[in-house]
Amino acid sequence: MSEAKKSRVIGGIGKPVPKKDAPALLTGKPVYVADIAPKDCLCVKLLHSPHAHAIIEEIDVSRAEKLPGVACVITYKDVPDERFTQAGQTYPEFSPYDRLILDRHLRCVGDPVAIVAAETERQALAAMKLIKVKYQVLPAILDAKEAMDNPTLIHPEENWRALVPSCGADNRRNLVAAGEDAEGDIEAELAACDIVIDQEYSSQANQQCMMETFRAFTRMDYYGRLEVVSSTQVPFHVRRIIANALNVPKSRVRVVKPRIGGGFGAKQTAVCEQYPAIVTMKTGRPAMIIYTREESMTLSSPRHAMTMHVRLGAMKDGTIRAIDLHTLSNTGAYGEHGPTTVGLSGHKSIPLYTHHMKAFRFAWHTVYTNTMSAGAYRGYGATQGLFAVESAVNELAHALHMDPAKLRERNIVREGEVMPAYYGETAQSCTIDRCIAHAKEMIGWEEKYPSRTMDNGHVRAVGMALAMQGSGISHVDTGAVMIRLGDEGIYNMSIGATDMGTGCDTILAQIAAQSLECSVDNITVHGVDTDTSPYDCGSYASSTTYVTGMAVVKTCEEIRKKIIRVGAKLLDCREDEVLFEGDRVVKVDESAFVTLSQIAEKHMMCGVEDISACVSSGSEVSPPPFMCGCAEIDLDPLTGEVKLVDYVGVVDCGTVINPNLAKRQTEGGLLQGIGMALYERPTIDHLGRTVSNSFLQYKIPARIDAPSIRVEFEPSYEPTGPFGAKSIGEIVINTPSPAIADAVYNASGVRVRHLPITSEKILLGERE
Amino acid sequence: MNVEFTLNGRKVSAAIEADDSLFTVLRGLGMYSVKCGCETTNCGLCTVHMDGKAVLSCSVPAARCAGHAITTLEGLQEEARRLGECLAGEGAEQCGFCAPGMMMNVFALAKENPRATEAEIDAYLAGNLCRCSGYVSQRRAVKKYLDMVAGEVGA
Amino acid sequence: MAKYRSYVLASTLEEAYALNQKKSSVIVAGNMWLRMCGLNKQTAIDLSALHLDEIEETENTFVVGSMTTLRQLETHPGLHAAFGGVFAKALAPIVGTQFRNGATVGGSVYSRFGFSDVSALLLALDAEVVLYKRGAVKLADYQQEAWDRDIITHIRIPKGQTADVQSVRVSGTDIPTLVCAAAKSERGVRIVLGARPARAVIVADGLAPDAPAYVYEEIAEKTAFGTNLRASEAYRRKIAPVLMARAVKGCQEVTQDER
Repeated sequence: MSEAKKSRVIGGIGKPVPKKDAPALLTGKPVYVADIAPKDCLCVKLLHSPHAHAIIEEIDVSRAEKLPGVACVITYKDVPDERFTQAGQTYPEFSPYDRLILDRHLRCVGDPVAIVAAETERQALAAMKLIKVKYQVLPAILDAKEAMDNPTLIHPEENWRALVPSCGADNRRNLVAAGEDAEGDIEAELAACDIVIDQEYSSQANQQCMMETFRAFTRMDYYGRLEVVSSTQVPFHVRRIIANALNVPKSRVRVVKPRIGGGFGAKQTAVCEQYPAIVTMKTGRPAMIIYTREESMTLSSPRHAMTMHVRLGAMKDGTIRAIDLHTLSNTGAYGEHGPTTVGLSGHKSIPLYTHHMKAFRFAWHTVYTNTMSAGAYRGYGATQGLFAVESAVNELAHALHMDPAKLRERNIVREGEVMPAYYGETAQSCTIDRCIAHAKEMIGWEEKYPSRTMDNGHVRAVGMALAMQGSGISHVDTGAVMIRLGDEGIYNMSIGATDMGTGCDTILAQIAAQSLECSVDNITVHGVDTDTSPYDCGSYASSTTYVTGMAVVKTCEEIRKKIIRVGAKLLDCREDEVLFEGDRVVKVDESAFVTLSQIAEKHMMCGVEDISACVSSGSEVSPPPFMCGCAEIDLDPLTGEVKLVDYVGVVDCGTVINPNLAKRQTEGGLLQGIGMALYERPTIDHLGRTVSNSFLQYKIPARIDAPSIRVEFEPSYEPTGPFGAKSIGEIVINTPSPAIADAVYNASGVRVRHLPITSEKILLGERE
Repeated sequence: MNVEFTLNGRKVSAAIEADDSLFTVLRGLGMYSVKCGCETTNCGLCTVHMDGKAVLSCSVPAARCAGHAITTLEGLQEEARRLGECLAGEGAEQCGFCAPGMMMNVFALAKENPRATEAEIDAYLAGNLCRCSGYVSQRRAVKKYLDMVAGEVGA
Repeated sequence: MAKYRSYVLASTLEEAYALNQKKSSVIVAGNMWLRMCGLNKQTAIDLSALHLDEIEETENTFVVGSMTTLRQLETHPGLHAAFGGVFAKALAPIVGTQFRNGATVGGSVYSRFGFSDVSALLLALDAEVVLYKRGAVKLADYQQEAWDRDIITHIRIPKGQTADVQSVRVSGTDIPTLVCAAAKSERGVRIVLGARPARAVIVADGLAPDAPAYVYEEIAEKTAFGTNLRASEAYRRKIAPVLMARAVKGCQEVTQDER
């Protein structure tokens, strides 16, 4: 690229461009769902089940219906008997079709019993109190270990359906998925190893806790179609989910996504949209539901709690030869994301140690229980699996009296290696070795490992963990991008990818600016409206920069061709006699040129040629980003209190498109991981009621809890990604739990294998 | 009942229920910068100023506001732009849902202690939760803004 | 959410008191916790026009109006000078500045929350509660009583003491898992344990400031602790002597540093 050519790009790849929506967000403009809802929306409220497992014997809504202001009260008698899934996944979904909008059979505390819509919130709440319900209470399964083949069936219904039966779902066994992936003779290899770490680990059903709770409003448009305006990561999937739920043609549903107040995977499930949708269908009135924080903590889509049994085999010299992992995942009352999350627990942990690996086995079961349905949360199973495998690797290091950093350096996957445990994909871009070296230097590993006692008696210690993730779902995820040339040579870019605060609108515009050799300010971004945006499966699975970003690159190539064609026509020469230079098309001999602005004028006159393009992109591979995280903690040995002193993360996400936004993703993800490790305690009581039902009882980190989080990059170049980029959104949450757990061990000698890491466990030891 | 108070410098009158919160009334008056993130006083999203002090509008009875001065981000647009530039320069806003409440508390801090250290900034803003950013970039941005304010206040 | 049908901004204490004699009435102070409980009342009584939000320093005491906010206590220069910054230390972890701009000392004391940092500290400092009709009552006694219909007008905090608070929390802004306040006066040391998780109690009074470590162990053995989401009874009992020893030591360090 010549110097002259470079200079035309402003705000392209590698530039810390401010987010395009920053001025609106930072002056408090009305841009979120509730801000733009029609004033006459009915207020929709849900009556929730008080029981973990029950059948509605009788329900009487007659008094509620008569209350002033009440528009409708809906029960199981009023909804279609077609099962669907709320999971936002590409059709045919792995998640079973196991839900109705309202069901007579209630499967967890909080399961909706009735929908009330009224003119005001006060009226809706008053009406709810007048609904009389008689329940037949059934035995509840609250422990995932007791679920499989339990005589109590959570989904005995005849019309339960698994669209992808190969995932091993069987509702007669409370199973949502079961399977195994293996290579080599695992038992023989483990038997040949000098040492085998054989332990069980578990992680919890953490909440995403995006600041904007679940919400959506719905209305009928002037064609009699249902418009759904939702805070969602998956508008196109929501269109299908709502059509399925209401049993209406997909053509009758339109979904619009305005700005979103965070998602982190929570909004990859259509948690709430069907409730206002059915109210609008029944009443013809606009309707809005806004989940309270309590609803968002008790009836939502948290992380799948998993119990993982690891057998990690190695030789005395520290070569890791075999990993055997079994994961038991708790999907809760419904199967959203149950068959898929569990897969990542092994497929995105075991491949890290490919280098000397002779054999691996990864087996899994996902079961129904009478607890809140789980869903997608950043990391999507990899977080859980990495806590187990990385903890086992740290335990191995201690057993061998080796520095865990050195143990990892010996065994990690190298660039160019085939990863049998990762669908046989090759690590085409990988700087994990440099990530480790860089992170060690940043935290001062050589001086600080393992621990030192301070003057006040506290112990400071460090711990390390590695992580990987994917970049989109190979062979499945699809993103399309449409770009049109507009007045004065601006570009209007339409995307179906959903910016949920991540900044993807800006990042995709930067990729376009780089490709079209212009300023990022010349790219306008519009998204998402399922009627007008090009198809995109949505923003999840770390796909947007990698998958949709590649669609931007391809679309820009088409646009360049069209501009050249029109430019050549205007210059009255052949296409191979001109060059595109961003703001103009110029003859190779520089004897004449036509500006982009002139081309734009012409293409809007007398049908010369439309300069627009829409190209879709997907990938045959899902190149993993890699990362090393190191924690330094301060432990008070008399109380067991742990304070995080410092956390460093070094990431290989391929090319860094926007260093500011990539760092914010990393810092934010790390702090969520730190919260998961130390503060957040999702808890149910003996009746299955969620006790951690508010920000008072479920403590996410405040800014005083993490004074120092430092992030750097070790870029690789991913040949299949846009300008060499891979993903960053999810991997960043994976290292804190295992790194902090090892730092705690180094400080106290206590190994916490079951999250969260509490001062009580450190002081009194871990109890099962 | 009716309540009259000063909203962003203008006298307003609103019909309220006795147990309405200031939050509900402000949203009703179109102050959409004011958000609700919890029901338990923990998140700070609903922060506004009452007589110049940062308060949680979800917990202020609307009836108590009679005769008082309430300020929201809508009334501090020029300051919002200045602080906003510091935040956007760091990419510190991400989803933006927590930003207005946090910014209102920063303005309170700027009045009380424009020379706050980073630790003091964290302590002052501890009641403003953010799930996106990891806070470190916000800390830098707020420090930058406070330095600007402190410079104007004079040494 | 708390519900009430009418709202009265009381113009005199007598008016507030008269209204509050009905069971269907409730006093609204900071409204931080009140709004969260499912109360359904006829009348809410607001004391905010009664000038009860002032801190007055006399020769021997601080007289703190019941509507004084936690933030006022935290930042008051007189309290800071007299008690070596213990109020700031005790109050700073409570949620956030906006919360402390709203929450009132009267609300905290009346509600007798087990997790209250401020109640534990005031109890250690041997504060008195001044009630509109009954007059002054020791907080130690008031703390044990059932909720009544009198109105707290002031809290009196005797001077001439040093104090410290120690707490363990799950995270920086959480309510305490266990809080210990200790105050040293000429009568010796008083130790209070709060967030057991039940109401704060005085576990030692008139103790020698140089008590040996086993004394704290014995106190912890005798004290009732419970289990909740944050910790078990066993954990609380185990760390109680540690916090007691640190708080008692803290009182004396303040003596040396500040006096």
